[in-house]
Amino acid sequence: MIQLIDIYKIYPMGDEEVHALDGISLDIKEREFVAIIGQSGSGKSTCMNIIGCLDVPTSGSYLLNGQDVSAMSDDQQAHFRNKTVGFVFQQYNLIQKLTAYENVELPLIYRGVHERDRREVVMEALEKVGIADKHKNLPNQLSGGQQQRVSIARALAGKPSLILADEPTGALDSRTGAEMLDFLQQLNGEGHTLVLITHDMNVASRAKRVVSLSDGRIVEDKEVRH
Amino acid sequence: MNVKQSLLMALKSMKTSKMRSFLTMLGIVIGVASVIILISIMNGLSDQITSNLKNAGTDNITVNVFGRGGNRSFQYDDMERVVAENPTFFTSFSPNVNASVTVKNGTKSVSTSVRGTNEYYQDIQSVEVEAGRFLEFVDVERLQKVCVIGSYIAEELFDGSVYEDSTVKINGSTYAVVGVLKETAKSEEASADDIVYIPYSTATRLSGNSNIGNWVVKAADVSNIDAAITELRDKLYLVYGDSSSYRVSSMSQLIETLNEITSSISMVLVGIAGISLVVGGIGIMNIMLVSVTERTREIGIRKALGARRRAILSQFIIEAATTSAAGGIIGIILGIVLALVAGSLLDMAVKPSINAVLIAFGVSVAIGMVFGYFPAGKAAKLHPIDALRYE
Ligand SMILES: Nc1ncnc2c1ncn2[C@@H]1O[C@H](COP(=O)(O)OP(=O)(O)OP(=O)(O)O)[C@@H](O)[C@H]1O
Ligand SMILES: [Mg+2]
Repeated sequence: MIQLIDIYKIYPMGDEEVHALDGISLDIKEREFVAIIGQSGSGKSTCMNIIGCLDVPTSGSYLLNGQDVSAMSDDQQAHFRNKTVGFVFQQYNLIQKLTAYENVELPLIYRGVHERDRREVVMEALEKVGIADKHKNLPNQLSGGQQQRVSIARALAGKPSLILADEPTGALDSRTGAEMLDFLQQLNGEGHTLVLITHDMNVASRAKRVVSLSDGRIVEDKEVRH
Repeated sequence: MNVKQSLLMALKSMKTSKMRSFLTMLGIVIGVASVIILISIMNGLSDQITSNLKNAGTDNITVNVFGRGGNRSFQYDDMERVVAENPTFFTSFSPNVNASVTVKNGTKSVSTSVRGTNEYYQDIQSVEVEAGRFLEFVDVERLQKVCVIGSYIAEELFDGSVYEDSTVKINGSTYAVVGVLKETAKSEEASADDIVYIPYSTATRLSGNSNIGNWVVKAADVSNIDAAITELRDKLYLVYGDSSSYRVSSMSQLIETLNEITSSISMVLVGIAGISLVVGGIGIMNIMLVSVTERTREIGIRKALGARRRAILSQFIIEAATTSAAGGIIGIILGIVLALVAGSLLDMAVKPSINAVLIAFGVSVAIGMVFGYFPAGKAAKLHPIDALRYE
């Protein structure tokens, strides 16, 4: 499904260059559960942003279902994100002015789903993460764990085949974090491809495959047996 | 993202930051309100002028003669012939021989103006007689010393009680009062009631000038009034041989000219008021640019969730248009209220027009869209990751 071939992401910093990604090649197949692990600054988020079409690599090619992403227009990439990717961010990234319901509704609006049909899908997603009763709350009326639930519901609502989660438990206590991971794992069981970014080996150990990054390079890529 | 959704979102953000939205709209509010006020006042004014002039009769043609025309001048007989020969153009006419005089009854005296006319004048100018009669053919033909007095004169000289045998002295000669006119202007001095009508023939003798400088001619058909005026001009040219010696004009022409003048004055005024609309538009652009910067992260999130450029573009344009449309509506209401208040305070007729309201609304929406386009375009072009990272 995802094929990264010799990807570089280079930021100019004054006279020097920062190689956030330094020649990464990675294949991720449908229905896989991959954890990307590494220390802070190793390039995990950069990698996820490229996979999610939020960012473009400086060089190298990214084939998505066999199609070259660099050849896609902005709007085609937007279409891809909308249909195929569900993002779960470390800082939740909910729109503060919108209620939980409205936040979850957004990907469906951009997909052009009719108002009637949206209602059911949104409530179903909120129920799945156990927060349907708070659907009228604004993000700042929710706890961190509840906000992350909303953001997972938002990632789910569009029924994307790929879920990208960047440190989804980073801001949560360990019990709530474990609950979130249970959700995500359950989703993977239901057939969603899951890419989970973390710096926590315990978290990564839930995955079937762990990719270790260091200084923008892959230093290890191993299957995990449970 | 559909229009309805953006509209609701825009209204919501207006509600959450009322003060800012109001200040953003202020330029539009002021601009629209002043356009509405000006148009209402100008409309009212031109209506008032037109109706005043129409009361004076749209089928009247006024002839003024200034030139002495060498050895020959345009006399009563000449006018009589022109009118008689062209029944399709003219129905009747009257000379207007005006003079300032002193009118006395015993010891009471007033300075007023006399107007010498013939018997048709009553019909042409719709003069209404309260008691007695207006001037008649025999009065004119025989140079009778008779007069019809306005209600102000009757009030001043007779305390309102004029009898059949009442007489007045005009510049020393005795005139029989044969009629009193109906009050038309509260019997005030220098009003339409402060007048004395005498036969024109008597008046030319009184003023010592046999040339008649002023005529009123009644047109047979208002729609054909231009041809009638041309006919009169041709006849006058034959006498004077110089088109600057006389002037022929009609009330409907005058109304037309006045309407042209008032409409071009209102164009200028509205243009000036329109400048504040542009200033208002710039205010909207300014706030939208701030808003795009403030909401960079929101834009990033929307893009991450799959918003296309068009969706972001239309969201911000609709937001700008909604803001300025709201300003427009407030401006329209404010403008109408202020115009009505000003109208009643200054005792002026004001007439807000539905067209002005519709145009003002349309223009304010358009201004929002035009001035919102640039900030919206900026938002739409943001790169998703840059926008998401923005703090
Ligand atoms: N916009 C940028 N400009 C310059 N350098 C950047 C930019 N974004 C990332 N970097 C650099 O790229 C490297 C990788 O960053 P990245 O965010 O991918 O790290 P990470 O592995 O996600 O770290 P963390 O675990 O702290 O989130 C870092 O050294 C960072 O300083
Ligand atoms: Mg990161």
